[in-house]
Amino acid sequence: MTDQVLDMRLKLCPLPVIKTQQAIASMGPGEVLTVICTDPGATHDIPAWCRVHGHELVSIETTDDEFYIRVAC
Amino acid sequence: MTQERKAVALVSGGLDSMLAVRTLQNQGIHVEGINFYTGFCVEGHTQAIRKQDREKQKRNNALWVAEQLGIKLHIIDISEEYKDIVLNPKYGYGQHLNPCLDCKIDMVSRAWQWAQDHGFDFVVTGEVMGQRPKSQRKETLPLIARQSEVEDRLLRPLCAKHMPETLPEREGWVDREKLHDFHGRNRKPQFALAREFGFSEWAQPAGGCCFLTDETFAKKMQDLWQSRGERDYELDDIMLLKIGRHIRPKPHFKLIIAREEGENRYLEGYRRQFAHVRPESHGGPFALIDGRVDTQDDLELALSVIARFTQGKSAPEVTLSYCPEHGQPAQMHTVVPMAADALPQAWYR
Repeated sequence: MTDQVLDMRLKLCPLPVIKTQQAIASMGPGEVLTVICTDPGATHDIPAWCRVHGHELVSIETTDDEFYIRVAC
Repeated sequence: MTQERKAVALVSGGLDSMLAVRTLQNQGIHVEGINFYTGFCVEGHTQAIRKQDREKQKRNNALWVAEQLGIKLHIIDISEEYKDIVLNPKYGYGQHLNPCLDCKIDMVSRAWQWAQDHGFDFVVTGEVMGQRPKSQRKETLPLIARQSEVEDRLLRPLCAKHMPETLPEREGWVDREKLHDFHGRNRKPQFALAREFGFSEWAQPAGGCCFLTDETFAKKMQDLWQSRGERDYELDDIMLLKIGRHIRPKPHFKLIIAREEGENRYLEGYRRQFAHVRPESHGGPFALIDGRVDTQDDLELALSVIARFTQGKSAPEVTLSYCPEHGQPAQMHTVVPMAADALPQAWYR
């Protein structure tokens, strides 16, 4: 099982959502994707994407101006 | 047992596609949404950059609509391929740089390809005949179906009764009588249907969702092409056109000057790709230089304009650091800020 990290700093929505969607599609059940973002919109859009597609939002952590959003495949 | 029919709907995040999807869901059709990212979508970008807008509620309207409807939404990045639509539209532009008809043909064509790849039966849009001057006219709706090669597997539930029967109707997958006959720019029927469906909230309808329909943005884009001597762009160009003050003192260079803290931070992310300037003696904006400042005169001109936007604009001199290229040491320069009345309005892009 391999968890993955997706660096989406300076990328604006919907790119973090699109790249999350692509990364999750290549991962297996139980694996966790950590998306690092600077666009606060991602903290709304990635959870919405998780709800729409039935993926678990594990956590959202904020440090300075960065957001660490963890999504379970 | 009747086979469940599946449709993929173009979901923009506006009211029309929302109504179109719910109309078909009410007939037992399994619908999933598709949304194409062109790079020119208005929502999100500047709002995400500018600090003053950061507290406003942000959401991706297409995702929000999908959630309200209980459907999956597939967001697909077509920004690279979309260049050809923007640069070489077969059917020309609308009022500004908006290639609406080519855009709709391209999106329907992609949705139809997606439908075939994923075992879906037909494509749905929220188009309304007569609602848009370029892409939603009586003459262009059949053209979209033909050119995208979806033909009669393209259903527009909101104006279907004005159109010839489509395959989903002929086959009885969809009851034509329960489709709609909306027409023209009056949106009262849509609002009434929204109330009937119990929707109390939706994104502002139509028109303002694409930067290519925006006059100021179109002018900046044309300025970019003219200065480079070719009609081309990268995604970063589009992002940068949306933020900061754009001032072109000479044909061969342009200044992109942050207007506030959020833009400062965002523009700093491009410091590896551009020559850049940072005020040192006074507070003020970070700025990028797009193009060449070949001579000392060019550099002094650029720096005096930037100094004009610092807190030292009324001071006799302002010191700024100039980095001509990433990795090179910054050079300190002291200049006289340009007077407000010496900065021609014509330089603003």
